[in-house]
Amino acid sequence: MSVLVLVEHEGGAVKEATLPVVTAAAALGPVVALVAGDGADARAAADAAATIAGVEKVLLAADAAYANQLAENIAPLVVSLMAEHDAFLAPATTTGKNIAPRVAALLDVMQISEITSVEGPKTFTRPIYAGNAIATVESRDAKLVITVRGTSFAKADAAGGSASVEEVTAGGDAGLSSFVSLEASKNERPELTSAGVVVSGGRALKDAETFEQYIVPLADKLGAAVGASRAAVDAGYISNDHQVGQTGKIVAPELYIAVGISGAIQHLAGMKDSKLIVAINKDEDAPIFQIADIGLVADLFEAVPELTGKI
Amino acid sequence: MKIIVPVKRVIDYNVRPRVKPDGSGVDIANVKMSMNPFDEIAVEEAIQLKEKGAAEEVIAVSIGPAKAADTLRTALAMGADRAILIETDEVVEPLAVAKILQKIVEEEAPGLVILGKQAIDDDANQTGQMLAALTGRPQGTFASKVDIAGDSVTVTREVDGGSETVSLTLPAIVTADLRLNEPRYASLPNIMKAKKKPLETRSPADFGVDITPRLTTLKVVEPPVRQAGIKVGSVDELVAKLKEMGAVA
Repeated sequence: MSVLVLVEHEGGAVKEATLPVVTAAAALGPVVALVAGDGADARAAADAAATIAGVEKVLLAADAAYANQLAENIAPLVVSLMAEHDAFLAPATTTGKNIAPRVAALLDVMQISEITSVEGPKTFTRPIYAGNAIATVESRDAKLVITVRGTSFAKADAAGGSASVEEVTAGGDAGLSSFVSLEASKNERPELTSAGVVVSGGRALKDAETFEQYIVPLADKLGAAVGASRAAVDAGYISNDHQVGQTGKIVAPELYIAVGISGAIQHLAGMKDSKLIVAINKDEDAPIFQIADIGLVADLFEAVPELTGKI
Repeated sequence: MKIIVPVKRVIDYNVRPRVKPDGSGVDIANVKMSMNPFDEIAVEEAIQLKEKGAAEEVIAVSIGPAKAADTLRTALAMGADRAILIETDEVVEPLAVAKILQKIVEEEAPGLVILGKQAIDDDANQTGQMLAALTGRPQGTFASKVDIAGDSVTVTREVDGGSETVSLTLPAIVTADLRLNEPRYASLPNIMKAKKKPLETRSPADFGVDITPRLTTLKVVEPPVRQAGIKVGSVDELVAKLKEMGAVA
């Protein structure tokens, strides 16, 4: 089985989200990486993808139409390549989730979303109901289209491979959509989904200033990424790309510190696979304590600065 | 123009799902069911567009058991004009849902289809993209803002690194993210009025769509249970514990 992997890239570099997908793909068969993008950036990303251990070949589709990863343009490209491949795997990022189902429908196959393990050539596990159940599913389709939950697979080594880069003919612009702008959120801290430590704040932080004042110093001290509950995001304490949960990002760091987060089902869905969970909350009955390895019932406005000072 | 809003009846988001002991699935008998939260946001957006004069008619569509009519009545009570129920007791996967919706789009020729970005039961996040593919239309997924101007729609999307704005040629498919709007509550008079609004019932066979599942669910299990944790009495104890476990230096 030959497996096509969608490479997520930015500014000429391969994004880390691609690496676990290569690991999942390698469990199915020889891995062919697809870099779709524009100009020198795409070329550099293809060269970087060629060094990922386990990648046998890199396909480079360079065209202005692929510059912003518009699904309307990339999906037909993938479909045209699927004549020679048996499976298409993409990271379960917003890019992968946007493109893969469009590919699946064009191929007339059911996509398997956010797999957490490969059980056989056509058998996979995936979480359903906000992670409250794990389903094992078997596909009856001739071709597989899959998105991969990054935190469930080891990252392939970004170095050590020496794949060849082959250019493929681009299909051009479908003329249905166009990119207008990107408002990137400023983030000097580690990327949330790949950070080893995550410090998250919830509604109890009161406002954006307090959030910044209490959560950020603790995160900086630990070299951690900053996360948030939906309540904190909705209240405007921090931008929405920091949201951890069923509808935000799925994280599984070594250490997850939940501050002033009650622990709703939807939040737990995004972090309960963390290795070590610490909860600081003044409500001793908060559901977060049912899954926390270490719980501290305390007023966060006293406990967090003290903790920041002592570690 | 018309707007079609597909809605799904799912287990209420506050209910903690229980896996059946025989591993065949999640027990949804006698469990509170509601409209998928993302679909409420989609309905709200469609109604707001109608209120702004950008749309003339809002049609709610649901595919599922007879009880899904309740979900459609909720959409009607919020302000949708009419509803279509495609009744079936079978499990309908996103691909099959998209194929049925494709037929409805062919019949109704809407300017916009607004779906929720994902259903909170199967967590698939596929139907909108699949519908866009099958109808050959552009897609604005994970939308946090939707502006119609002339023959195009500008959609601001929630993406991993921030927010992205795209312009799509109408007709288009949009999927709603949480921050698109705050769905309204249906008032009692509107709930009463909704009972008189048209609700047409059809079946998947009427559309000639084969809904046989492509995926076989072999088993459904509970996720691994975490070891019971401990509670510490002070920050000092917490720091000591973290150091002991090697979590901090």
